[in-house]
Amino acid sequence: MTETAHTRIGALVASNDVLLFMKGTPLFPQCGFSSKAIAILDHLGVDYESVDVLQDMEVRQGIKEFSDWPTVPQLYVKGEFVGGSDIMMEMFEAGELHTLMHEKGLVAAG
Amino acid sequence: MPMAAADIEALIKQGIPDADVSITDLAGDGDHYAAHVVAESFRPMTRIARQRAVYAALGGRMGGELHALQLTTAVPS
Repeated sequence: MTETAHTRIGALVASNDVLLFMKGTPLFPQCGFSSKAIAILDHLGVDYESVDVLQDMEVRQGIKEFSDWPTVPQLYVKGEFVGGSDIMMEMFEAGELHTLMHEKGLVAAG
Repeated sequence: MPMAAADIEALIKQGIPDADVSITDLAGDGDHYAAHVVAESFRPMTRIARQRAVYAALGGRMGGELHALQLTTAVPS
């Protein structure tokens, strides 16, 4: 990974409380896994930002190394890597994702 | 090149010897799979660590020739 990619990704992660690296946009996800991740975040009612890796080759390659994770989507909450869409779904179904967002002050209790 | 379900299963078992692996071909196209991996050795591990262990067993194929693998992990109940 180039140093600029690492710096850029680090800055993105640091400046957004909830950040999803994905293929496509929330309105037009370009893969089923990204679509699932968006559906979960929307269902939680949490504010989030997204980065479309298809529009940015440097980030698309760099994020895999940055997170030590081979696939996209990838969710970051308050600078911490949470996981991909399968982990998001497991955590969502167990109520853990809501708990995490609540503990971080990103969503109301409920 | 898509991978055969049996090859995915064999690789995971090779990397995680105590794993019980079930593979589902989601779309019937030999390219979109779901893998459910159950292993006692997962018990002390976080979700992220469990998935990384499976990805390591797949030896870098994840995100490459294996682009659509839905993965769930569990410990034996």
